[in-house]
Amino acid sequence: MRDIIVQVVARMMIPYLQLYGLYIILFGHNSPGGGFAGGTVIASSLILYVLAFGIDDEDLRLSGSVARVIESCGALAYVGIGLAGIFLGANFLSNKGAGFPLGIPGRFLSGGTIVLLTISIGLKVASTMITLFTNLAEKEKEEE
Amino acid sequence: MTLVHFLLLLFLIVCAIFVGRTRDLISAAIVFSAYSLTMALLWQQLASPDVAITEAAIGGGVTTLLLFAAISRTRRME
Repeated sequence: MRDIIVQVVARMMIPYLQLYGLYIILFGHNSPGGGFAGGTVIASSLILYVLAFGIDDEDLRLSGSVARVIESCGALAYVGIGLAGIFLGANFLSNKGAGFPLGIPGRFLSGGTIVLLTISIGLKVASTMITLFTNLAEKEKEEE
Repeated sequence: MTLVHFLLLLFLIVCAIFVGRTRDLISAAIVFSAYSLTMALLWQQLASPDVAITEAAIGGGVTTLLLFAAISRTRRME
């Protein structure tokens, strides 16, 4: 079902939704937000795109294998940043104790590894939400 | 506790009771989305904007879509 009003409104809204999601993820250490909320906003914008421009079209939506790779990369990046603390001689996920530069509080480049952690959480949450929705919503081809 | 808080809480309770009592699952999903948005406003009023953003994104967006997808795979009336 294609609706011209839904398509035009989605085309207007999706860039702002994704910009807002990126803002929530990238500034999660200074202002309210973080990886989970921002990843959900980005995932809902991509779901809106899929809903407006056709859920049955395989070329338009993020395929399951790509989403699975992004999801695994997010989890692996989180664990890798955590293990970097161990390799630098401190505990798992330790930030200042492992020698990461903390920067000036309030600036964007502050908080050590927290920015990288929120980015990886955002990638994982966004791809997980998209995978959940497409798995539930797509027509069952295997069962036929 | 101002009048706006009282009205939001009243709307929240009405939404929750309606979601529990209705037989139509699609209207239950839509009213649950309204419940989540009211809850997000209340979280913001309780000075926790982080939870408010998450509640608006999860409750108002993704949960409603997942419920609709689940309803489309099963039947509409309870």
